[in-house]
Amino acid sequence: MTDTGSPRSSALRRRLSQINPVWVLLVLLIAAIIFMNPRFVEPTGYMNFLKRAAPLAILAAGQVYVIVSGGFDLSVGSLITLVVVGSSMLTNNDPAATYWVIPLMLTMGLGVGAINGLIVCFLRVPSLIATLGMMITLNGLAFLWSGGAPRGYLPDTFRFFGRELIRDVPLVRFIPVSVLVLIVVVGVFAWAMHRTNLGRHIHAIGDNPVAARLAGVPVNRVRITAFMISGLSGAIAGILLGGFAGVSTDVGAGYELQAITAAVLGGAQLLGGKGSVPAAFGGALALTAIFTLLNFLGLPQPVRQVVQGLILIAAVALAMHRRKQTGT
Amino acid sequence: MTAPMIAMNGITKSFPGVRALSDVSFDVRAGEVQALVGENGAGKSTLIKILSGVYHADAGEVHMNGEAVHFAHPVESLRAGIAVIYQEFSLLPERSVAQNLFLGREPRTRLGLIDTSRMRAEAREVLSLFAAAGHIDPDSLVGSLNVATQQVVEIAKAVSTGARVVVMDEPTAALNETECEELFATVDTLRNRGVAIIYITHRMREIARLADRVTVLKDGEVAASFDTLPSPDAIVRAMVGRDIEDFFAPKAKPDEIGDPVLTVRGAGNDVLRDIDLDIRAGEIVALAGIQGAGRVALAMALFGEAPFATGDVTLAGEAVSFRSARAAIAGGIGLLPGDRKSEGLVLMQSVRDNGMLTSRAFAPLWTSDQRNDNADTTRMDALLDQMEIRAASYEQDIRALSGGNQQKAIVARWLSMRPKLLIFIEPTRGIDVNSKAGIYHLMRDLAREGAGILMISSDLPEVIGVADRVLVMQSGRIVAEFPHDASEQDIMHAATAETEVAA
Ligand SMILES: Nc1ncnc2c1ncn2[C@@H]1O[C@H](COP(=O)(O)OP(=O)(O)OP(=O)(O)O)[C@@H](O)[C@H]1O
Ligand SMILES: [Mg+2]
Repeated sequence: MTDTGSPRSSALRRRLSQINPVWVLLVLLIAAIIFMNPRFVEPTGYMNFLKRAAPLAILAAGQVYVIVSGGFDLSVGSLITLVVVGSSMLTNNDPAATYWVIPLMLTMGLGVGAINGLIVCFLRVPSLIATLGMMITLNGLAFLWSGGAPRGYLPDTFRFFGRELIRDVPLVRFIPVSVLVLIVVVGVFAWAMHRTNLGRHIHAIGDNPVAARLAGVPVNRVRITAFMISGLSGAIAGILLGGFAGVSTDVGAGYELQAITAAVLGGAQLLGGKGSVPAAFGGALALTAIFTLLNFLGLPQPVRQVVQGLILIAAVALAMHRRKQTGT
Repeated sequence: MTAPMIAMNGITKSFPGVRALSDVSFDVRAGEVQALVGENGAGKSTLIKILSGVYHADAGEVHMNGEAVHFAHPVESLRAGIAVIYQEFSLLPERSVAQNLFLGREPRTRLGLIDTSRMRAEAREVLSLFAAAGHIDPDSLVGSLNVATQQVVEIAKAVSTGARVVVMDEPTAALNETECEELFATVDTLRNRGVAIIYITHRMREIARLADRVTVLKDGEVAASFDTLPSPDAIVRAMVGRDIEDFFAPKAKPDEIGDPVLTVRGAGNDVLRDIDLDIRAGEIVALAGIQGAGRVALAMALFGEAPFATGDVTLAGEAVSFRSARAAIAGGIGLLPGDRKSEGLVLMQSVRDNGMLTSRAFAPLWTSDQRNDNADTTRMDALLDQMEIRAASYEQDIRALSGGNQQKAIVARWLSMRPKLLIFIEPTRGIDVNSKAGIYHLMRDLAREGAGILMISSDLPEVIGVADRVLVMQSGRIVAEFPHDASEQDIMHAATAETEVAA
């Protein structure tokens, strides 16, 4: 017989094995960062880190919706670009314009998501292709809109979200506005994914669309909503990035794959059915931590890309391995 | 007496939160059929997966021909001559029968090309071993064959690779009466060829027809093993721990049957023709017929999945024409699909989520998943308790549950919706006797509460035992109607007889 004497240790082991590995990875990476730069433990250190991670983390939280529903959204990177370029064109250095431009951009994000969803649901184009097409289209639009040379600056009222700090906060001294935005967005997205009917349906249609349909789930409506949430996350990320990265026609480039990588690092099941918003958030922090470490090591941008590519492949391979092990 | 072909001794296996098997010993000899039976979740499939190397036992050992063996992977057990026929097939539907039979070991010409004519000839030879397969054309695509024939091909493949042990896990679950007979003939052939056969089933008739010996598992332990064929009652007693008295629920009394819930007049579509149908409140109507007779097509037409093109449908007095499952459910129809895995379950979600799937589908998207107008978590848990579902917890992924327990969760899903008309497609496929009785009584209770029930079943004793009225379909039409005391022969005859084909 097996070791019957240690039920407690086996229960503990089970509890431990249920911890998402992304948190372990994140702790290790943060420890490495602190080791290389002890000042990271001060508010300036970790708040800046969170601020830099915010756009990716928000994007990953939105991407999880599409991945769990059984698809991919490759259009969010160029959506970011379009939001930044479009905002700079529309505000045209008028600080007061921010108040209508931001709602407009959020609506545009939802709209792009809705179109992605409609194409996938009704034209039956696989989401990988549909959103790839959307990515190219939006990139082109951003280029056309700006005439290839985006005009200067966004007004400070617009950059408030990406750049400003709220000072004199007890305990942490200051909080960047973008970190507040991050907390609110991830909180709301996590709630909608894990505590509402919508979230259950997103899991169900990614798990088995036929069974979901036969059980009465409004499959198309749910799928389109998932893409809209991802589009919304792209617009929010774009508004933050416009705040601290400035205007160019490649601000968003590559973000879509980073978001997918982050979601998969967080254990989201490719092809749908399983995934977690908090864990995707953890995945985004881990990915940002890896980039931070590479920076410390003084490695140039191309190396960073190589590493990111390898991480994506490794994370997906791991996800596929897990899928096979659990026998689906 | 020779050493048994397979002997498993003291097998123990635990999953997180459940002990699936404890100290199970089991053997099977060449040229015999050993039936393995037990309630849902008793551990039958787990035992087989340990034999074939899918799972690894926590304790115990496996001997083959007297020698200890350790299979780390199904490929190894297959190489040693153990073939497992699962309900889901492993054949490639887009390839021909011959290609499937010789997959990965095709006969070659001297130039190294595939020798198609030899492959075809050898395929014919292998198939001719089986009475039920004699007529199969080696060139036909596997996907174009019916389920039973595919199964024969799968078994033929096992035999041609030299399998000395064949395991069948509920092989008849997807078969109709005639197809079952074909399978039994195939099993006889295997036995006569000296193959050791382990046969898992929930149907007593199959045990009586096939088994030489019977082993009963209960709660992961061997409850009884019989060296000669025991009476069905003895098996049930060992399985359930008591006698089952009223297996079928009583039929409806005349005063329990009310007004029509559903009326269909002159309806048809691509597959269905001239459908006239009435189902009254309080009544259980069974649809019998062979595979492809249009029974499922009729269910799917009523459910809006593949709607009628012509004709009139009235539901509870109102004219309706549902164009989607969602509309049909909103109108008061429920449907339990016949293929649990591919049409019924969301496998990666919890037992409770599977139960609440439909009630949530009709609640607002942005509200809490914990409660809605039709169900809340406490009430769903009570329903699941009432169905006696065996699970470590209702938060557990439903994937890990045994087939029967999965089916009960889908039944609970519909119970929470209280539909006016409930369509059951093969409701007890893969379900143990005790739960079968539970489901029959539940159907009757639902009917008594005023629902109309339409049941599609390929299990004739079930059709006769459950239904108040039996309709028989053939080639897309309803060709006969019988009262509840019809005989199996009458129904079989109506289902297969050449009808006076009207133009
Ligand atoms: N991978 C798994 N993880 C956790 N529990 C499991 C797993 N596989 C099986 N179980 C549990 O082990 C027990 C035995 O399951 P098993 O599938 O062997 O039953 P069975 O006798 O084949 O039932 P059925 O007649 O319904 O097919 C059940 O309680 C089941 O929930
Ligand atoms: Mg089983």
